[in-house]
Amino acid sequence: MTDTAADRVADSPALSASRGRLIGILIPTAWLLLFFAIPFLFVIKISLSEAAYSVPPVSDFLIWQDGWPVLQATWANFALILDDPLYLQALLGSLRIAAISTLLTLLIGYPMAYAIARAEPGMRTPLLLLVILPFWTSFLIRVYAWSTLLQDQGMINSALMWLGVIDDPMRMLNTEFAVQLGIVYSYLPFMILPLYATLERLDGSLLEAAADLGARPATTFWRVTLPLSLPGVAAGCLLVFIPAAGEFVIPELLGGPDTLMIGKVMWQEFFNNRDWPVASALATILLLLLIVPILLLDRTQSRAEQG
Amino acid sequence: MRRGSFLTLCLWAGFAFLYLPIIVLIVYSFNASRLVAVWGGWSVKWYGELFRDPQVLGAASMSLQIAAISATVAVVIGGLAGYALSRFGRFRGRTGFSTMLTAPLVMPEVITGLSLLMLFIAMEGLVGWPAGRGMTTVIIAHITFAAAYVAVVVRSRVAGLDRALEEAAMDLGARPLTVLRRITLPMLMPGLLSGWLLAFTLSLDDLVIASFVTGPGATTLPMLIFSKVRLGVSPDINALATLIVAVVASGVLLSGWIMLRAERRHARQVRAAFRREGAMDGN
Amino acid sequence: MAAADSTDTLVSIQGVTKDFGGTLAVDGIDLEIRRGEYFSLLGGSGCGKTTLLRMLGGFETPTSGRIMIDGQDMADVPAYRRPVNMMFQSYALFPHMSVAQNVAFGLEQEKVVKSERDDRVAEALSMVQLGEYGRRKPHQLSGGQRQRVALARALVKRPKLLLLDEPLAALDRKLREKTQFELANIQVKVGITFIMVTHDQEEAMTLSDRLAVMNAGRIIQVGTPGDIYEFPANRMVGEFIGTINVFEGTADLADGSVHCPALPCPIVLEDKIAADPESQVAIGIRPEKMRIRKAGSAPSEAAPASNFLTGKVEDIAYLGDLSIFHVRLADGRIVQVSRTNTTRRRDEPLTWEDTVEVEWDPQAPVVLHQ
Ligand SMILES: Nc1ncnc2c1ncn2[C@@H]1O[C@H](COP(=O)(O)OP(=O)(O)OP(=O)(O)O)[C@@H](O)[C@H]1O
Ligand SMILES: [Mg+2]
Repeated sequence: MTDTAADRVADSPALSASRGRLIGILIPTAWLLLFFAIPFLFVIKISLSEAAYSVPPVSDFLIWQDGWPVLQATWANFALILDDPLYLQALLGSLRIAAISTLLTLLIGYPMAYAIARAEPGMRTPLLLLVILPFWTSFLIRVYAWSTLLQDQGMINSALMWLGVIDDPMRMLNTEFAVQLGIVYSYLPFMILPLYATLERLDGSLLEAAADLGARPATTFWRVTLPLSLPGVAAGCLLVFIPAAGEFVIPELLGGPDTLMIGKVMWQEFFNNRDWPVASALATILLLLLIVPILLLDRTQSRAEQG
Repeated sequence: MRRGSFLTLCLWAGFAFLYLPIIVLIVYSFNASRLVAVWGGWSVKWYGELFRDPQVLGAASMSLQIAAISATVAVVIGGLAGYALSRFGRFRGRTGFSTMLTAPLVMPEVITGLSLLMLFIAMEGLVGWPAGRGMTTVIIAHITFAAAYVAVVVRSRVAGLDRALEEAAMDLGARPLTVLRRITLPMLMPGLLSGWLLAFTLSLDDLVIASFVTGPGATTLPMLIFSKVRLGVSPDINALATLIVAVVASGVLLSGWIMLRAERRHARQVRAAFRREGAMDGN
Repeated sequence: MAAADSTDTLVSIQGVTKDFGGTLAVDGIDLEIRRGEYFSLLGGSGCGKTTLLRMLGGFETPTSGRIMIDGQDMADVPAYRRPVNMMFQSYALFPHMSVAQNVAFGLEQEKVVKSERDDRVAEALSMVQLGEYGRRKPHQLSGGQRQRVALARALVKRPKLLLLDEPLAALDRKLREKTQFELANIQVKVGITFIMVTHDQEEAMTLSDRLAVMNAGRIIQVGTPGDIYEFPANRMVGEFIGTINVFEGTADLADGSVHCPALPCPIVLEDKIAADPESQVAIGIRPEKMRIRKAGSAPSEAAPASNFLTGKVEDIAYLGDLSIFHVRLADGRIVQVSRTNTTRRRDEPLTWEDTVEVEWDPQAPVVLHQ
């Protein structure tokens, strides 16, 4: 992973001969190694340390005893996490909520992406812009807006009561439903963009060919469109699922005390309990759970580029 | 036909879903009442309150500075990385390189924030830098994940750039640096610009990572908003949101209009050129 | 493979191979190209033409072998220092620069002073009849105009060697024919050596002084268009350029004839065959070198003892100037015979299912190797 010396065989000589190539690889590599990859090692280190009343609030990893260094690694934090149902529930809850929200996002995003891809060429860019536009306004504020909408006295409840659908306000804020809604809302553009990219590239003559061979629109969709858009589906789902599993802001603002998600628990351990080792152990476990989806996402993207 | 209208319905329902909260925010930013449920008549008093709040102004200026600096550095690093991924073919370590660029896009922010903080503390212990935490550490953190987004944008832009253009420049005697300055950069400019804007927005939007790596005296706008929101309803946030929406929307509309005009002119010129050529060949 | 640096050799390619991680795109090519020559590389898709051209331009490094241009080894010379210019298949005009800026770009790199630069740009543009178009942007030009800008941009540097990768492929047929002549005229006028890649055998034959036929990364034959058409080295060349009828048989050294099981009588060649007795040989005969007539209409009554066959007309393609007859032999194989339509006739004497006799002279057949 660290060895990124330019390989001279593959490419055009004038570029590979120049130092530019080396610089182009080395600068980003150095930056990302130092500020993205290596930090995980420190998280793992802290997760194996003991909490202490000091600054920083962890005991030293290495201590000197009779002139010998002694490694103070401990599995206690991981053992605690596996023992305490709170943490396990939070882990499983995160994965469940992220999975359900991803599915919902896909169900809402697919028709939208498809509609945009099939719109007139001149309309596609403006429609895409409409999808992205909310993303450029503050994420935090948009989530907060939902919290006001979902309140017992909020607009949705008022509207439903006015319509006579319900007599008493429904409790929506501080529920798992609100969290899922928030995730779907916040991550919808991340689903639509990759879906649109594959659907837009889909050759229209393939659909005509299918129709010509006697397939009804629904059959064409199941047999041609959907299979060909699977790379986009995969990329979109991973782009939503992975960050959603570690989401903090949405469960914090929209979830209730019983909506346990790992990101929120970790935040509380870190900021409220000042228990860095347990927070680090939680981060390590979450990272381990997400490594496979992250590698999958990387492969989908590389394959999309080649294809 | 029926399917077309079903899709259109989905699309507009989706847009309604996306824009409903934003519209509600805008409307309530003009609500005289402090309570969400009560409409107290039109008023702009929350805007006044917003501009009189020194905390908001301070946090906003802090956030804008951080966003401008980190977006600029992220464009350099992410631009190099995106170019390398798209143009350097297979090089040793490419897989790891590409994974390191993909992972920050999706890495839960709590993990990124915590691990960077651990790094900064360890670095301070080992080399004495960065001394304490504050604006610098937030900038470094934002550069890291924003660079990954810039790399995605630049990578797709480079992939759409005909490689023969750079080769042609070299063929005509331009050295690699000249090729970069005269051909590659001008052609990538739209990609770099949108990468910069993206990085700027991401930085301006980040709460979680900044909360981990910041220090005393460096409160960013999202951190301030978060503390206000957690305390309950604060209508001046609605006013702030409305301002952000107004700025973004007018920026997008303006650039959209400019692009549309350029496209129309381009199409007209191409048509004219072909008419002329056709007339010439006819003779 | 000796580096014959005689003064009239401009490019010398010696044992050049290019391996793209397992694919041998170019496989040990030796080739000498003379000064002032219009040379074409011809071959099927994927046979390595572009790769060879890109190695000359300096965009790919040979895996092994040597490229000399004007007596200088190009191994360590980057693209921007080679006395070579390339006309890209996609034209690669810089979209953010005007036509004049595009043409001036190469001169700026040489630090040519502004006044001279302007003169040379104007001269180059007027040579390709685009004198009025200097201020246009590339997207305001049609395909044919872009092609000419690309040519002007490459020629204005006065390179020793101009590489053209399918320069006319993007043009429609009529414009292509017109441009072929312009290209040939310009090459004569500027006196620069041209190496052109093309798919189109007609184009290669029309334009080139010499051409090389490539297959699977190797050069099969080099020669003038006439050499290659009349004396194809093997069956592949014969079939790639024009049409050829191939007959397999055994050589008979005694009289230098070849006995083919498919034919009623032996093939006799003017140049006596020099193969091992009893060895299998392939003989090629071009359709236009055969004569066709209705059976029994010959002036002589007895059938000839050699260079003769009979069959049934299976198909007739009337092309206006020519008619091409597909004649089916007794064993089912098809022989193509063409006839120049020298006279205007209402009723074609030959028609489907007619039994016909076909004959040819001893200088018509050519031995195809391998
Ligand atoms: N950069 C590359 N990496 C790997 N293989 C390559 C590369 N460039 C070319 N090849 C392979 O080398 C072979 C020769 O390619 P080349 O482009 O030289 O063919 P060509 O004769 O120009 O074909 P065409 O007439 O279709 O343009 C092909 O099999 C091609 O797939
Ligand atoms: Mg080619």
